[in-house]
Amino acid sequence: MIEIIQDYWQAYLWSDGYRLSGVAMTLWLLILSIAFGFVLAVPLAIARVARNPLIRGPVWLYTYVFRGTPLYIQLLLFYSGVYSLQVVRGNQLLDAFFREGFNCTVLAFALNTCAYTTEIFAGTIRSIPYGEVEAARAYGMSRFMLYRRIIVPSALRRALPFYSNEAILLLHATTVAFTATVPDILKVARDVNSATYASFEAFGIAALLYACIAFVLVWLFRRFEIRWLAFMKPQGH
Amino acid sequence: MFLEGYGPLILRGTWATIELAVLSLLLSLLIGLVGASLKLSSNRLLRGVATGYTTLIRSIPDLVIMLLLFYNIQILLNQITEWLEVEQIVINPFLAGVVTLSFIYGAYFTETFRGAFQSVPRGLIEAALAYGMSPWRVFKRVLFPQMMRFALPGIGNNWQVLIKATALVSIIGLSDIVKATQDAGKSSMQLFYFTLVGAFIYLAITTLSSLVLTWLERRYAVGVRGAEL
Repeated sequence: MIEIIQDYWQAYLWSDGYRLSGVAMTLWLLILSIAFGFVLAVPLAIARVARNPLIRGPVWLYTYVFRGTPLYIQLLLFYSGVYSLQVVRGNQLLDAFFREGFNCTVLAFALNTCAYTTEIFAGTIRSIPYGEVEAARAYGMSRFMLYRRIIVPSALRRALPFYSNEAILLLHATTVAFTATVPDILKVARDVNSATYASFEAFGIAALLYACIAFVLVWLFRRFEIRWLAFMKPQGH
Repeated sequence: MFLEGYGPLILRGTWATIELAVLSLLLSLLIGLVGASLKLSSNRLLRGVATGYTTLIRSIPDLVIMLLLFYNIQILLNQITEWLEVEQIVINPFLAGVVTLSFIYGAYFTETFRGAFQSVPRGLIEAALAYGMSPWRVFKRVLFPQMMRFALPGIGNNWQVLIKATALVSIIGLSDIVKATQDAGKSSMQLFYFTLVGAFIYLAITTLSSLVLTWLERRYAVGVRGAEL
């Protein structure tokens, strides 16, 4: 146990010598996927609750497909599937993008988490108290301002508890990244396992690291909730 | 030809996935029920054990637990058989898959059932006891049917997650949908097409199960009056 930690602590935490690995890689993946997913999810959620079925329909189909299939299959599709197509290999830009396992992983993760996040945000947009919208209309706000000032901020705040769940699930889902040769925590653990045959220690350390990240995330989201959901608390004097 | 001759292979993979998922569901439902009763028991030690189990399992990614258990169950078993000086028992990967998945999802079901048990109004149980029902009969006739109504949405969610988690067992060497479609894709040089086929099979399974779940939810909610909105 001690020897494994002495030999591999650096690989487990941030670097395997020439590139990011371990915890740093997992966090980087998580941050990138959450950031892209979030930015895409806000407009998509607004489209998801639109009255026009031509706008609502495609977004529904997207979330339905991405939430109905395993992330692992999606990753395989982007990593090995897309790259096996002649069209992609022929195009220089696409070839350069899909050759890197890291790019495919971020793409798959971002699209996956975006589908779940879209549904979360759409749900909280739908459950906005009608009084808030009526009050905004009575103030003469335009549709755009109504969304910018009232609906989106309120929906995002109320989505926080569900969003924290999604972040934890995404952290757990990042473990499949090693199949696309991304050196995340699990990849390091597998390498350690095949180098030392101490599978309990190798995967046990990985499990502990993941648990620590999960606990930090939970703590962080609790802070966010205290800050941004303060208006939902029962008011005292 | 049906999927260029790889139809039977993919069908076998699909069957393996369904078998794995259903068996794991049954076992993890059982673990969940036991876990929930431990969590609600008055014994502090049992409660602590159950809480430790659910917290630990739910904070570690399922794939990590899978690999951890998969490699170590065999090693542990070897040590035991060596110590007892009997012949080595080699676990079959399918059984290992079922045990690991159930162990993981049992933790999620424990939380679902705990919440559901707590949502059953106390008055119902008190009324049943006042009728002179034995505790077992209270559980069978009142607590369990009422609890299922509250637990169903959670069970449905967990089932959908479990189905998708079975895609990971190909990493520990089981021939499921993923393995079958990847093999077919590699040997026919049409990886994209066959991966899409795999995704479509999963989509079909999740769609079918969500239809069944909606039906079940309606069935267990018979006699419940919803608020008119």
